[in-house]
Amino acid sequence: MSTVMNERSSAPTPALPQRGRKEQQALLSVRDLHVHFKVRGEGFFPEKRVLKAVNGVSFDLYPGETLGIVGESGCGKSTLARALLNLLPATTGQVVWLGQDMSGASGADWQAVRKNVQMVFQDPLASLNPRMNVSQIIGEPLRTHRPELSASEVLARVKAMMVRVGLNEAQLYRYPHEFSGGQCQRIGIARALILEPRLIVCDEPVSALDVSIQAQIINLLKDLQKQMHLALIFIAHDLAVVKHVSQRILVMYLGRVMELADKHELYANPKHPYTRALLSAVPIPDPKLERGKQIQMLSGDLPSPLRPPTGCVFRTRCPHAFERCASEAPPLEPVNEHSQAACWLYR
Amino acid sequence: MNQKLIEIDDLTVKFNTPDGEVTAVNGLSFALERGQTFGIVGESGSGKSQSMLALMGLLAANGRAGGRALFNGDDLLAMPPARLNRIRGNRIAMIFQDPMTSLNPYLTVERQMTEVLELHKGLTRKSALSLAIQTLEQVRIPDAARRIRMYPHEFSGGMRQRIMIAMALLCQPDLLIADEPTTALDVTVQAQTMALLRELQRDFGTAIILITHDLGVVAGLCDEVMVLYGGRIMEQGSAESIFYRPSHPYTLGLLGAVPKLDHEGERLVAIPGVPPNMARLPAGCPFSERCSMASERCANERPPLVAASHDAAVLRACHRDVAEVGQQKEVALS
Repeated sequence: MSTVMNERSSAPTPALPQRGRKEQQALLSVRDLHVHFKVRGEGFFPEKRVLKAVNGVSFDLYPGETLGIVGESGCGKSTLARALLNLLPATTGQVVWLGQDMSGASGADWQAVRKNVQMVFQDPLASLNPRMNVSQIIGEPLRTHRPELSASEVLARVKAMMVRVGLNEAQLYRYPHEFSGGQCQRIGIARALILEPRLIVCDEPVSALDVSIQAQIINLLKDLQKQMHLALIFIAHDLAVVKHVSQRILVMYLGRVMELADKHELYANPKHPYTRALLSAVPIPDPKLERGKQIQMLSGDLPSPLRPPTGCVFRTRCPHAFERCASEAPPLEPVNEHSQAACWLYR
Repeated sequence: MNQKLIEIDDLTVKFNTPDGEVTAVNGLSFALERGQTFGIVGESGSGKSQSMLALMGLLAANGRAGGRALFNGDDLLAMPPARLNRIRGNRIAMIFQDPMTSLNPYLTVERQMTEVLELHKGLTRKSALSLAIQTLEQVRIPDAARRIRMYPHEFSGGMRQRIMIAMALLCQPDLLIADEPTTALDVTVQAQTMALLRELQRDFGTAIILITHDLGVVAGLCDEVMVLYGGRIMEQGSAESIFYRPSHPYTLGLLGAVPKLDHEGERLVAIPGVPPNMARLPAGCPFSERCSMASERCANERPPLVAASHDAAVLRACHRDVAEVGQQKEVALS
């Protein structure tokens, strides 16, 4: 953990694995981040209710690294991604970008950060403006953040980026509806990369694509990451895809982090009962393995995020839950050098 | 040899579009016995959904189905609508991909379920209700007697999909067509749903046609698999042969493109190019434009669907011989 962090954080910061990176400054540090939404209650005298979509998330991200975020619908992974870029305001907690604490930062401060942090969205077609052609879409970040560049310089950079993501220069003046889903996602990636950012937040970038196209986009992201020394936050619900691209993985459930571990540790030796259930549920494309495997079936349904269980939020579906789980929420603490889990089984 | 439950012979689906006639499905043939699960795998535009909608008489107004589809010996495609109505929802049921949009938001679950039973089984409202509650309990909806009076939006996605399955099972159909039944669901809910389908098949001997793009789901459920591309069969055979001895370059490509939990590879083996434009398919093999093994012959001359040399139970449509594809597999996986 960087020294800057220690000076800045007033709240007790959870210890994170050292990973031999003491000297390296984190690109992004998130401490105890909360994003809450006020929801109108039901009935005659509606009580004010609060939906805690992200409830105390902390992690560090280092340059060039890929952090995978997995969890099922409603676990808060997309809300977390948006809060990192201030597309949604965080309720409390810190987002520290390259040592600069962004709490209370102005719009202009965020504007400066977004030069370095860009986002790729899930629905490739819906995230492109249908009235803009490809050159306008990919060039827009340059015109916003680099107004000093001339029109011909912008065009040259757009063309170079198109080639880099596997598009054809001849498609420069085409509109989004003329492209397939995979090509639209390439346009979205080109738009995110044109500013040469340090970090790209990808929110389910391949889940709307066919398998064969999904593989193309994943390979492209990995190649570009290597060439440009990019850090990636890769959000997905497909655990096999996340495993393929990430070095470390964060598992979320009902707004909380259940486990944060190195990829190999997480898949070979999952600590949290929720991670184990998730992994065992992934269908394996191999008939003998798939039919022979033991699935840890989760009982019941996801509790309402408006009324999360007391203590550990997973305890209502956890096969190992005991008394303490209902009374106290387990903190995210290291289990070993490679993983941290929020579970009383390891205390 | 006893009669097959369903026998599909040379099924063709054509659409009249402003750009001319488009053939979405071309020459599909397969047969299915009771209690079997048949998987149809393919990417968007491969014709996997349209072929099944054709069976159910649910094609869009500009669509036409050709060929034969014998269900217990009767041709579904040649049947007058009144007779088809006695079969669909009753002997053949369908589960759709999106559990939200395929339930009627204006009606309670009770009304949607009892309607089916009153229509097909002639039950009274009261006995229909008790049977509906019983079926909901079978798919493990807790507190079914109370919940049945709720509207679809009051249920979670997984529960809605279970309601869809319960609705499809009300009349204990002989054949269940499931179009991407788990695609909209989270993995843990998907595992629950797959276990449920397996259990119901075991208890009632229902035959299932499963349409999916998820090879993991296919591996878990299907006895026989058909791989479609551009509306045509690329390869068809037992699940074991398709997964362990793929003999078509497209099958091989699909298997290589899927990231696997137990496999450490730097790069996925992507299939280059884009999905086919159905209005402008190549004259030869529809996959030839994206196939790494394609020759000039592949682009111009359509390979016939014939029994494979290595396994007569496998059908394949490819000019290359099995050994060549096998070599490609070694290269791809090394």
